[in-house]
Amino acid sequence: MPSKTNARSRASKRAAKRKAAAAPKGGAPLKRAAPLKRLAPSKRAAPPKAAAPPNGAAAPKPPVTKPVPTVSAVEMGARQREISVSEFFTKNRHLLGFDNPRKALLTCVKEAVDNALDACEEAGILPDVVIKVEVAANGEAAPPASQATRFRITVTDNGPGIVRQQIPPIFAKLLYGSKFHRLRQSRGQQGIGISAAGMYGQLTTGKPVVIVSRTSPRAPAHYFEVQIDTKKNEPRILEKKQIAWEAPRGTQVTLEVEGRYQKGRASVDEYVEQTIIANPHVKLTYLPPEGESKAYRRTFEQLPASPREIKPHPYGIELGMLLKMLQDTTHHTLSGFLSADFSRVSPNVADGICKSAGLSPRARPRDVHGQAAESLYKAIQATKIMAPPTNCLSPIGEPAILSGLYQQIKGEFYTAVSRPPAVYRGNPFIIEAGLAYGRGPEQAPPAQAKKAVPLAEGESHDGDDELARVIRYANRVPLLYQPSACAITKAALDTTWRHYGIAQSRGALPAGPMVVFVHMASVWVPFTSESKEAIADYDEIHKEINLALRECGRRLGAFLRRRERAHSEFRRRNIFALYIEEVVESCNRLKGGRLPTTKLKEQLQRMALKLTGGDKTDQLVGKNGSGPEGLPNSIIVTPEGVEGALPAGVPEKA
Amino acid sequence: MATKTRKPTAVEKKLIGIADVVVDAAQRRRDPTFAIPVRALSNVTFNARKGLIEMGKRKQVRSFFNVAMAKRFMQTVLVADALCELQRADLTTSLREIYYRTKHTIKSSHENTFDAQDESDPLIEDLEVTLEALREELHVRAENRGSVVGPLLLADDGDQVNCARLGKGGYSVPSIVEPEYVQIRRCTADFVLLVEKGTQWNRLSEDKFWRRYNCVLLTGNGQPPRGVRRLARRLHEEYGLPVYVLVDNDPWGYYTYSVIKQGSINLAFESQRMAIPKAKFIGLSSADPEAYGLPRNVGIKLNDKDIARARELLSYTWFAKKPWQEEIKRMLASGLKYELDALANKDFQYLTKRYLPRKLKEKDWLD
Repeated sequence: MPSKTNARSRASKRAAKRKAAAAPKGGAPLKRAAPLKRLAPSKRAAPPKAAAPPNGAAAPKPPVTKPVPTVSAVEMGARQREISVSEFFTKNRHLLGFDNPRKALLTCVKEAVDNALDACEEAGILPDVVIKVEVAANGEAAPPASQATRFRITVTDNGPGIVRQQIPPIFAKLLYGSKFHRLRQSRGQQGIGISAAGMYGQLTTGKPVVIVSRTSPRAPAHYFEVQIDTKKNEPRILEKKQIAWEAPRGTQVTLEVEGRYQKGRASVDEYVEQTIIANPHVKLTYLPPEGESKAYRRTFEQLPASPREIKPHPYGIELGMLLKMLQDTTHHTLSGFLSADFSRVSPNVADGICKSAGLSPRARPRDVHGQAAESLYKAIQATKIMAPPTNCLSPIGEPAILSGLYQQIKGEFYTAVSRPPAVYRGNPFIIEAGLAYGRGPEQAPPAQAKKAVPLAEGESHDGDDELARVIRYANRVPLLYQPSACAITKAALDTTWRHYGIAQSRGALPAGPMVVFVHMASVWVPFTSESKEAIADYDEIHKEINLALRECGRRLGAFLRRRERAHSEFRRRNIFALYIEEVVESCNRLKGGRLPTTKLKEQLQRMALKLTGGDKTDQLVGKNGSGPEGLPNSIIVTPEGVEGALPAGVPEKA
Repeated sequence: MATKTRKPTAVEKKLIGIADVVVDAAQRRRDPTFAIPVRALSNVTFNARKGLIEMGKRKQVRSFFNVAMAKRFMQTVLVADALCELQRADLTTSLREIYYRTKHTIKSSHENTFDAQDESDPLIEDLEVTLEALREELHVRAENRGSVVGPLLLADDGDQVNCARLGKGGYSVPSIVEPEYVQIRRCTADFVLLVEKGTQWNRLSEDKFWRRYNCVLLTGNGQPPRGVRRLARRLHEEYGLPVYVLVDNDPWGYYTYSVIKQGSINLAFESQRMAIPKAKFIGLSSADPEAYGLPRNVGIKLNDKDIARARELLSYTWFAKKPWQEEIKRMLASGLKYELDALANKDFQYLTKRYLPRKLKEKDWLD
């Protein structure tokens, strides 16, 4: 494995450099550091052990007198062996979102729920999911949830169930699944998630993953206890049996893991709440380790349109991938391969590509390699090809987003925007955005009650310095970590919210009681890491998010302006009435109390009434019944009621 | 109200005029309106003959039946009322007390008449310029910020104050030094030295500089307050003493000097009473570091604000004289500013023993 040796010697070179750089700092003259630096490259050939003697770099002379112990290639070869994926991820579990106990608990819940929802939706079943997180006592008295370090997570769904022989690999083999090899919009992508969660449990508590699954009321329920053999990345079945299970169909996964339960930001509770916003078609019951269980009704009775699988688009493919596809294809001609294995490549276009690559359309795909494959790749990039089909995407839809936001977030104004499909690197995607603004009429009265006390200097009326909350989704899954690395946050930051009447300081999120919702639906969401925490910042994606947010902002701006207009008219009338009193009193005092105050007051009041338009203002201030100001897909909540079309089936909140 | 037999003062009459504006307008069904002279650079002119900054004729209108101005109008009337109360009770007060006096919650609302002092302060200045009454005449005083020592005999509230016998602390200059309150009984000094910084005034006072050079030492601890400026002006006017100003070598020091010399932009109308057109700029000049061998390392790099301010000064007509343009450009060219304190680099008593004596001997000052 030459590449690995290289990597190691590179590391040792780096170490040498570091030491060389550190030397002058430590007080050693610069002259000495320089030769060391030059020496380093020559050591590359030497075995890594010799290259970096412990603390030896600080020594003034290189050790020439001592014979350097050499390691032969044969000896090195004996040490080189394959690393299993499972071993790799055991050591690098942070890559999968298991870096700390709190995050690990969330990741485990998330992976199990993602799988459950994906399965239900693919099978066309309206999901009904129960999440149960409980403290695992292990025989002793259970500590309170905030102190506990071990949790048992049980996720039960009403999905299609899993056939018996597939249960072990799905739950105890990394990179095994149905979703990686196809281009279809789904929550899971790689087939790592749930088995990694199982592996984490196994690593921290030694407990296996317990699965109960049943495919139909007539079929028996299968009970499995599986663990992963990390060396071979193969499932190890500890127990399997048929049991009686009350559910007619579905799957139940139980994991026991080390974790920490803490409410607040990026917690399991937040994940559940945000999941409900983006998935109003899910009925979900959440039983937290402490406190009351929460049952979320299904508020949107329609299953999202089932996304379709598509072929890769030629623009989204890299040379290596093309080479592999050339080898793997079942087609006998190059032109047949191009038109069948890619989307949007007609036989005509395929012939055109072959021609500009200088290859015969009848060539055997297997024979195209090396220089030929490269020119084929270049020809593909140079040919104009239609954008990929977008019917493979299943957006949440404006009514469902509106419904989700309205149900879960208190506010005065809601709006939702779905962008038309767009493409990045040959992958189609859709951006959807939503916005909930305000504190909601229920929360308004206490705020007003507080205002009754006159304010002292430095006090302000309301804590408007709070910043907006951005909730991010990729294929309906909430993203709770790494907000600053995410394209969504970046786009929300560089949207000029001030144009829409919302305060925003430089380089910060907009200020105000506001929740910004952004969802990206795509056959392949470009995450920045395996733990799926942030969306990579492609220009095309960034732009689409910007456009969606701007549309939301425009609607919010219109709403705020309307409210402000009514408010200021009202204020205008009040201002004069209020101040007349003060002015007249002061004038009276100035005149030594010898002023006919009532007469002066009347005179001024008459003028005020004339100026503010009297009855005409009433009309302006009052509702003219035109609904939410002609804003599409928006809801306005006022103390008097709700304006705007509520999606069908959404009950008006009491 | 106050005693009925007492005759209202001129200022009181002017304040009552504010109420008349409202009453008259209401009777004629007009919008009550004040015309307030604009207090900005655009509305001042430099009278080169008198050497003063004078206020122009431009006025801004403040009317009641205008949503944007209604509150300020109401506040103006409130402040006028409070000032009139002071007149009747014959009391003096501070800006802050006026703010508290006029602050209350408006009837049947939760709105305060004033939310912070910075709302009421400009209104007092507005009234000063509108009514052409000095702040002292309105009985509003500033902090006692400023000290004086020297061969000077004052009478304050009937007490004799001999400024030559007040140790190194000196006499704290009251905010109002009009002849009605403070009388100058005797002054035998040859000149007045107005020092920007209290620290350097302390140095001079401790070294008894005033005794050797027979001068009155004044400081305002920064931009001199009205009392200090007015006292310097009175000494200049009544005893014919030349006034020398000693400030830091930076744009703010130059401006401090210019305020003493020809008045400020904000309260240009007071130049008549406050400014000392013959005041001289004795230091620290941008030529001094070289002339007195101050090392470069005791300078401070000019920051962006300093540079912008210096450029502004270059454009003021009262800095248009050639020596001044040279002075400011020299500072900009060197890119450094110097504090008076930097003189201590050479010797703790350098200011007293070398710098000022040489300056005075060489008559090295700017006009």
